Amino acid sequence: MGFWAFFIIFASSAFFLHWYATNKALRFNAGIKEGSKLPSLPQYYGLYTLLWFIIPILSTFLIWTIFKPFLVDYLVIQKIPANLLNSFGGNPSLILSTVKAISLQNIFPGTKQELIDLAKYMNELKYSTSSSFYIAILFLGLIGSSFTLKKISSRFRARQSVESVNIKLLIFCSTIAILTTIGIVFSLIFEAIRFFEQIPFFDFLFGLSWSPQTAIREDQVASSGAFGAIPIFSGTLLITVIAMSVSIPVGLLSAIYLSEYATNNLRAFLKPILEILAGVPTVVYGFFAAITVGPFLKGLADSFGFSIASESAIAAGGVMGIMIIPFISSLSDDVINSVPNSLRDGSLAMGATKSETIKKVILPAALPGIVGAILLAVSRAIGETMIVVMAAGIAANLTANPFDSVTTVTVQIVTLLVGDQEFDSPKTLAAFALGITLFFVTLVLNLYALKIVKKYREKYD
Amino acid sequence: MTKNFEKINDSLIKRQKSEKNFKLFGLIGIICAISFLIIILTSIIIEGKKAFVSTYIKLDVFFDSKIIDPDNTKEDSVIKSANFNEIITKSILENFPEVTDRKEKIKLSTFISSSAEDELIKLIILDKALIDQKKELWLLASSTIDVIHKNPDMLNFPEDERLIDDKELKWFQWFLSEEKIKFSANKNFFSNADSTEPEQAGIWGAFVGSFLTLFVTLILSFPIAVAAGVFLEELAPKNKFTDFIEVNINNLAAVPSIIFGLLGLAIFLNVMHLPRSAPIVGGMVLALMTLPTIIIATRASLRAVPPSIREAAIGLGATKFQTVTHHVLPLSMPGISTGTIIGMSQALGESAPLLMIGMVAFIVDSPGSIFDSATVLPVQIYLWKSTAARGFVELTAAGVMVLLSFLVLMNAIAVYVRYKFEKKW
Repeated sequence: MGFWAFFIIFASSAFFLHWYATNKALRFNAGIKEGSKLPSLPQYYGLYTLLWFIIPILSTFLIWTIFKPFLVDYLVIQKIPANLLNSFGGNPSLILSTVKAISLQNIFPGTKQELIDLAKYMNELKYSTSSSFYIAILFLGLIGSSFTLKKISSRFRARQSVESVNIKLLIFCSTIAILTTIGIVFSLIFEAIRFFEQIPFFDFLFGLSWSPQTAIREDQVASSGAFGAIPIFSGTLLITVIAMSVSIPVGLLSAIYLSEYATNNLRAFLKPILEILAGVPTVVYGFFAAITVGPFLKGLADSFGFSIASESAIAAGGVMGIMIIPFISSLSDDVINSVPNSLRDGSLAMGATKSETIKKVILPAALPGIVGAILLAVSRAIGETMIVVMAAGIAANLTANPFDSVTTVTVQIVTLLVGDQEFDSPKTLAAFALGITLFFVTLVLNLYALKIVKKYREKYD
Repeated sequence: MTKNFEKINDSLIKRQKSEKNFKLFGLIGIICAISFLIIILTSIIIEGKKAFVSTYIKLDVFFDSKIIDPDNTKEDSVIKSANFNEIITKSILENFPEVTDRKEKIKLSTFISSSAEDELIKLIILDKALIDQKKELWLLASSTIDVIHKNPDMLNFPEDERLIDDKELKWFQWFLSEEKIKFSANKNFFSNADSTEPEQAGIWGAFVGSFLTLFVTLILSFPIAVAAGVFLEELAPKNKFTDFIEVNINNLAAVPSIIFGLLGLAIFLNVMHLPRSAPIVGGMVLALMTLPTIIIATRASLRAVPPSIREAAIGLGATKFQTVTHHVLPLSMPGISTGTIIGMSQALGESAPLLMIGMVAFIVDSPGSIFDSATVLPVQIYLWKSTAARGFVELTAAGVMVLLSFLVLMNAIAVYVRYKFEKKW
């Protein structure tokens, strides 16, 4: 039985059970001429039965899909003949990966017969277990629902049970946010620990040279990769500073104009246009930076008689700045708007001009909120990937020259992980070490910024 | 007294000037931001509009039976394995009897795209009477010729910067002067998946991949996010646990997208052994990313429903759960759908996490199911941008245009839903 056959049977029996249980409750009510009828509406008995059919099936299905690969591996390992184990040096996981690499449609000539047998066995396990499993879980669901069908009586309050199950489901859905965070932290930490087992922590954090290409042969030049992340951090910082020096002035000035000077009509027209900038996918900005801005700046520099790198930090940083403008402008706009009007009126009543009011009263009052907005924008810039992947360099240069090519944390993560991966080389694991650094820096920035903004809102609420 | 008045008057002029300047600065800020947007869009449209046409070359093709079907079997399999490249080369050489050198012949034959052979095979299989006939056909030109044809100023470049040498240029100009070369709509772009040849590459495969991925994202994130939003806004008690959930949601909304990619790689691929490059994994990662967006939108629109509705329902004897599912949730659906569409449009434009889970593979077939290897629109743009061949630049820009038009469409739907269905209380 394939998945779709299972699915059709599952769905139709779910419908049938719901209908049947509701009907049974209706008939129960109709049968009672005197005395108390069912305490809940008939449809709740249907829903209750349905839940007890669906939940066992779905939960076993989920658990099964997660653990099936491990079970298959275990069963295959049990089947390995002793002589094969010896020829692989007693390492069953090596055999397992060899078996997984065999494609049964196209067997490489000279493959050992035992290995082919194992691969066939594995294939069989993968597919044959499914149909018996589907039948088993359908049966399980039927057992669950048949119990609930028996429970329909005037003593059983179905609505309360259904609602408590539903609320538990809602709670589970809410905890997915927590589970995601935990998943992120653990997946990053485990791989990062494996990295730091091979590369000392302080060498990574304070090393001045980064060349993650570890050699295949021992005698190659530069055979040991260098994993000093300072050039990467400095590159990230440089690009972030460039981006911020574009986006802070433009974003802040736009926010001030929109909230203090623009008429309502103009504001209603301009704000959505600014929001478009936020809606453009980052890959589009990356393309723009790499194809238009990069060559343009290079041409400009050539005409002035000096040369800049074609993947210069300023092209990537500048375009990233454009991307962040709406982020800063809309957050600051909110912040400026929430400054109470009494402050404005007071200042204007003292004879200050509008610009004086803005500069001396509103901006100082809004400063914490604006700082929060800028911090959020910085965390955005640090974590931005596609623009820098497409427009910044790969080589880790330790420089503060914006016309040079630098690399960033996100670029390195992408270059290290796209392509062939082996999950025990420091090269691949380094990406996770960079990832956890990125995660913690942005986490601290976000939490701090959110705290500032929240405090600021409370102040004026 | 007059001295003081003068002083004040002087300072007033100064202050009013600085007032004007400040206002001007604000306006400049806005104008800067908007002109950035205009520059980005125009530069992409200028580059991208070229990709919607491609170059075709007119040839008198002679379907020689000696090459196609020497034994006169008229069977499809024989025709399919025939050397159509030779037929094309012969018909192009007819125009240039002076070319005899073998290398030059090969150069001439590369004027026509390799996909033209398939076109001819289809033509013959449909109409076998064409064998031993001559037919005038417009055949798809190769990408190099296409690039030259689209950028006429390249003809004046020195030979080593021009993509084609002097001889090829002469032949090209002959085609031009004889009007045997023309632009026509680029059908491949909308019907094909990726290819190594720019003139054959298309966006369809990436479109299907994006569709499947977003489908998975929607199926997963919409119910979970709405459930979480309803719980947190309507039913949850105010305690440390729900506060912690809220902090987590707010934080997840600001976590860099690439981190979600690392999560997908470490857990979905390495622990759960789901297939690499597949829309199912991409959809799961994007679902985790869009969860906060939809949860926040759900909560905002639940909050907008006036309490009188809840009170009325509870007054009539509904339970809290019934109040929410029968009244509050349906009333806030327009807001939730708007938030969901916006979340989906973010997911459509997202590419960084998908790079991590291997959706950057070169895929020539459009995916058939959510378990097949696939790529998505933004990643296809990234892939084309990273390809060296000159013809891919226009394709990339055209891909960007397709992506942007889908985003505009989705956002337009969101705005429509908001105006049409949202109630102002």
